[in-house]
Amino acid sequence: MYAIVDCNNFYVSCERLFKPSLNGKPVIVLSNNDGCAVALSEEARKIGITRGIPYFKVAHMEKENGLKVFSSNYALYGDISSRVVDVITSIIPEVEIYSIDECFLDLSSYPEKELVTLAVKIRERIGKWVGIPVSVGIARTKTLSKVAVRIAKKSGQGVLKLTDKDEIDKNLAKMPVGGVWGVGRRYAKWLNRYGIKDAAALKNTSNHLLRTKMGICGIRIAEELRGTSCYSIENAPPKKREITVSRSFAKTLNDFDDLKNAVVHFTTKASEKLRKEGSVAGAVLVFVMTNRFSELPQYNRVGTMKLNVQTNDTSELINHTIKVLSEIFKKGYSYKKTGVILKELVPENQVQMALFDSIDRGRSKKIMKVLDNINETFGAGSLKYAGEGLDKNPDFMPASAMLSNAFTTRWSEIPIVKAL
Amino acid sequence: MMPVSAGFPSPADSYIEGKLDLNKHLIKKPVATFFVKVSGDSMTGAGIFSDDLLIVDRSMEPVDKKVVIAVVDGELTVKRIRFKEGRVSLVPENENYAPIEFSDNSEVEIWGVVTYVIHPL
Repeated sequence: MYAIVDCNNFYVSCERLFKPSLNGKPVIVLSNNDGCAVALSEEARKIGITRGIPYFKVAHMEKENGLKVFSSNYALYGDISSRVVDVITSIIPEVEIYSIDECFLDLSSYPEKELVTLAVKIRERIGKWVGIPVSVGIARTKTLSKVAVRIAKKSGQGVLKLTDKDEIDKNLAKMPVGGVWGVGRRYAKWLNRYGIKDAAALKNTSNHLLRTKMGICGIRIAEELRGTSCYSIENAPPKKREITVSRSFAKTLNDFDDLKNAVVHFTTKASEKLRKEGSVAGAVLVFVMTNRFSELPQYNRVGTMKLNVQTNDTSELINHTIKVLSEIFKKGYSYKKTGVILKELVPENQVQMALFDSIDRGRSKKIMKVLDNINETFGAGSLKYAGEGLDKNPDFMPASAMLSNAFTTRWSEIPIVKAL
Repeated sequence: MMPVSAGFPSPADSYIEGKLDLNKHLIKKPVATFFVKVSGDSMTGAGIFSDDLLIVDRSMEPVDKKVVIAVVDGELTVKRIRFKEGRVSLVPENENYAPIEFSDNSEVEIWGVVTYVIHPL
């Protein structure tokens, strides 16, 4: 048996924890750079706001409907998320952290009749100790537990054990196939074309047909809906297959030099991540995008470069990404976003030597170590490459105009309590 | 040549300890503990002054006479909680302020229980 613990409107709940006056009011949290709504309260949903809507389309509701808007506060959400996980593991140690607000639990070592009580205990303890409302879905497979938690959240009951065959079928029939865990937009389209519109229909589709289009993944999803577990709890997160650092800009950028600063900055960040997980990259991608919401001429391009020798050396990677950028950059456009993707990652100790390698690998490794140590001790960006530019708040840094305090991670920003 | 230790073993060896850790001493449940800062003088009688730092444990039960963080008009407020004859009140500790009375429990939202006050001298 599996369970999933899912925080209700997580980002909004984090904001409300330290600002109870937000309870009962429409609240949204914006994506990086204040682009669009990524989290919304029920009240926000009721006044017609949907996930993903650009901020400028709902800004007028702040005055008209008392809408409260926040920039993403990852320092806060990260801290609260780890508290939620700590509470769960104090009760059930077999946990897979699936996202910032979801955890899968392996309940196979607990008697079935105790599972609901256990889930209620988890839910109540997170609510009281951390102050975050969560819902719990229990079922025979991870995919069915996702179905269960969706119902538990919608009905407001908070905990649902979905194991009765008829009840499962009844609920699957009401669920659009695209809502099933693991069915992406592309597969949903294909399934719809075959007349497989809801989760119940997917469950009853033959493995043979699923194999032709969706491969083994499709069969696994259907089997999970039938109650046969195909996915277990993954305790160790798999090593990343690629590393992406990208961002939209607060203001659009027109000059090559400004874009170059951003690309250097993103490459620096990406190579730090790369070294942290002990990998090297075999290829780099750089992309540039204009603002798709504006009337201005549009230009989107991706450039790739395969590397002779895999590396995680920042200065080497910067050389490559700037070269790619200069190939895809075109004058005359207003760029809204750029990003760097490192691909073909392999563990550092499996690097293939090139016959004619002009770089002293041992020396580069030492320099990177010194660089990482300094930035870890003195704060990110203490020591940086000149190519990033020297501006402290360059235009490529994200806008976060409505950021709440780092209530739990910075002394100068802890909550104020009134003694009045 | 290898140095050889001789003589009695140090009597301190079996008492090797870590340093005193104020975090461990003051915080029983880190997951449920938050720090807040005080603004106002309604709790000076309890030794809580403006700008003091409070350690708040959300896992503790707000029993009678505990100093608590309560939600009053949507704001986090520090008060002493009293249960008397089925009534709840949030009591300040400064005669310039009046207690807030509630007719039943469900009307009061208790955010956490204050366990320590940190006050600079």
